[in-house]
Amino acid sequence: MSPFFFWFFSAMMLVFGAAVIINRNPIASALSLVVSFVGLAALFMTLDAFFIGIIQVLVYAGAVMVLFLFIIMLLDLRAEERRKINLVAFGGGLAVALVFFGQLYLVIGQLRQAKQPFPPLALPRVDDVRSVGLLLFGNYNLPFQIIAVLILVATIGVIVLSKRELR
Amino acid sequence: MTFLVLTSLLKIFGIVFLVILPMVSYTVYAERRVSALIQDRLGPNRVGPAGLFQPIADAMKFILKEDFTPAHVNKFYFWLAPCLAMVPAIMTIAVVPFGSSLLGVPMVIADINVGVLYVFAIASLGVYGIVIAGWASNSKYPFLGGVRSSSQMISYELSLGLAVIPIFLLVGQLRLTSIVDYQIANGWMIAPFLGDPTNLWKWLLTIPMLISFVVFTIAIFAETNRLPFDLPEAETELVGGYHTEYSSMKFALFFLGEYAAMITGSAIIVTLFLGAWHLPIPWWNHAHGFHWLLISGSLGGWLGFLGGLFNIFTFFAKVAVLLLVFIWVRWTLPRFRYDQLMRLGWVFFFEIALVNIFIAAIIVAYMPK
Amino acid sequence: MSIVVRRPNLSWSEKLYLPAIFSGMIITLGHFMKMLLGRTKVTMQYPEEKWDSHLPDHYRGAPALVKDERDRLRCVACQLCEFICPPRAIKIVPGEIPLGDRFAKVEKYPEEFDIDMIRCIYCGMCEEVCPEQAIFLRKDYAITGLTRAEMVHDKKKLIEIGGVMHGLVLKWNEKK
Repeated sequence: MSPFFFWFFSAMMLVFGAAVIINRNPIASALSLVVSFVGLAALFMTLDAFFIGIIQVLVYAGAVMVLFLFIIMLLDLRAEERRKINLVAFGGGLAVALVFFGQLYLVIGQLRQAKQPFPPLALPRVDDVRSVGLLLFGNYNLPFQIIAVLILVATIGVIVLSKRELR
Repeated sequence: MTFLVLTSLLKIFGIVFLVILPMVSYTVYAERRVSALIQDRLGPNRVGPAGLFQPIADAMKFILKEDFTPAHVNKFYFWLAPCLAMVPAIMTIAVVPFGSSLLGVPMVIADINVGVLYVFAIASLGVYGIVIAGWASNSKYPFLGGVRSSSQMISYELSLGLAVIPIFLLVGQLRLTSIVDYQIANGWMIAPFLGDPTNLWKWLLTIPMLISFVVFTIAIFAETNRLPFDLPEAETELVGGYHTEYSSMKFALFFLGEYAAMITGSAIIVTLFLGAWHLPIPWWNHAHGFHWLLISGSLGGWLGFLGGLFNIFTFFAKVAVLLLVFIWVRWTLPRFRYDQLMRLGWVFFFEIALVNIFIAAIIVAYMPK
Repeated sequence: MSIVVRRPNLSWSEKLYLPAIFSGMIITLGHFMKMLLGRTKVTMQYPEEKWDSHLPDHYRGAPALVKDERDRLRCVACQLCEFICPPRAIKIVPGEIPLGDRFAKVEKYPEEFDIDMIRCIYCGMCEEVCPEQAIFLRKDYAITGLTRAEMVHDKKKLIEIGGVMHGLVLKWNEKK
């Protein structure tokens, strides 16, 4: 992997991640998030994790964000754009973020493992799709099934709720 | 490394500028001619012999027209949307193996191990162009078109994804070149019995594969917004749908993007179900008797070069036939109503695809290797 | 009072829609093939094929001035056509035939004769009203021009379109 791609996609991810919260227009925010997701997917791919990268685009950028956009478009955007910035909350948030960042810096700076470079990636013998499948349906079969049931229950719940007539 | 980059660039350039874009413009021409013939008319036959230069004239017209941006639109997104409509359609072709190999270079731009998922991922990004166009135009009809399109694409992506699972069950790989190799060895996916006509299991396997093919093809129709699923741009209800406010080259990008999506969609169908670049030729000689001759780029020498070219030609000929079917269907069937469209996607195709996976899984599990 | 129209009850095969779709596609394919094989009649391909030879005798094309067999312009500048013309497309400037001319008794001839083809509605009133059988509607229909001036047919042009008309009454010729 060329470090150029790493820096390029990292910068893209961070810039558009920041754009998500800076933009006043919700549509612009949502689209920035999409670009950020694409950057993240590209980072995964530079690590040879094609499956995760593609799923990132397919699920988040392609499906979830489309639904987000769908909902945002049906809202009144002017109310959001009129809202003023609360300076106290802004300063407080900034302070908390700075403190958290400083703490992270200190902790990671003292961690010994963090100072060593990672060993180079070994080329996998099986496809990453296959290894993800083997893990999911082999080692973690029971949790996987439980999650499947959970999602089924949630789906049925949504259908029941939306079908119920308003009284 | 340099060789890889160079050949990749050559392939990208060749496929996009020498194959896809001319094919897009001539699909538009074919659409106009075929629709005319179906309706007992002649169609454009003025420019050049049999009107063959009509696409060039159209392109000139699009370039020379005034590029008008209405005052009430959201400028940045209004300009962004046409690009977003065209780019995913062309990007998808990157993983499609459009030929065997030419002079030892495999004829696929990026042979990644999640080929089909890549196709779905990029196709799912295609909806942004339409949705943003609808929203940025800031008027009613485009907005309705955009909203319709996003819900339609999400609905049909499900059946699209589920319809190809029987293929993966059979091949055990997501890589498109592996799927093609499997089809060459074991018969095309649409007719698995071709590889071994005496095997009853293969005949049994044909049923779920045929269902897969039909569901997948119909879902591709819906994904590319073609009639009978062209509700996002239903002229009779929504004026022009999401591109109502667009003109000149920006409109052309939407228009051509739709056809580019059609071509890539057909290319995917050909790759998954119709044996990609594989065309067996019946052959007879004294040593082997009657057998199927496999033409591919691996033959070596000038024969291999010709074979590679023949494979590429075969692939795009198959795509062209599918495009004609697209056009034929468009000028035959009327448009669905919106609730019918949703019902069809969620109640029928989704269930059919699910049951189909089940059938295919049973057959694959019990089929002797 | 309202009438309830019952929806038709569809049979199983009709609900599947596939037979209907396929029969529809076969119909369009049939039209397509018939066109390809040239068995369907299509409209005349205008600039290559023209219907000039099929024009009926009473066709009303561009109005024009005619000459008789003796090469004499028949118009006597009576200005009846100018008067009758509904869109007022005709403009005539009459001139006097000098004494001593063989046709001096006709007295007038058109010095200028302009028909504005932008205005002309091809009604044929001029032909109808002409006492001299001098103006006729000929079979020219493709009258084009790049300027307004080009679309005004002057006397020269009108004579050129009109040509020679045979079998007319030659009432100004000397008897015997």
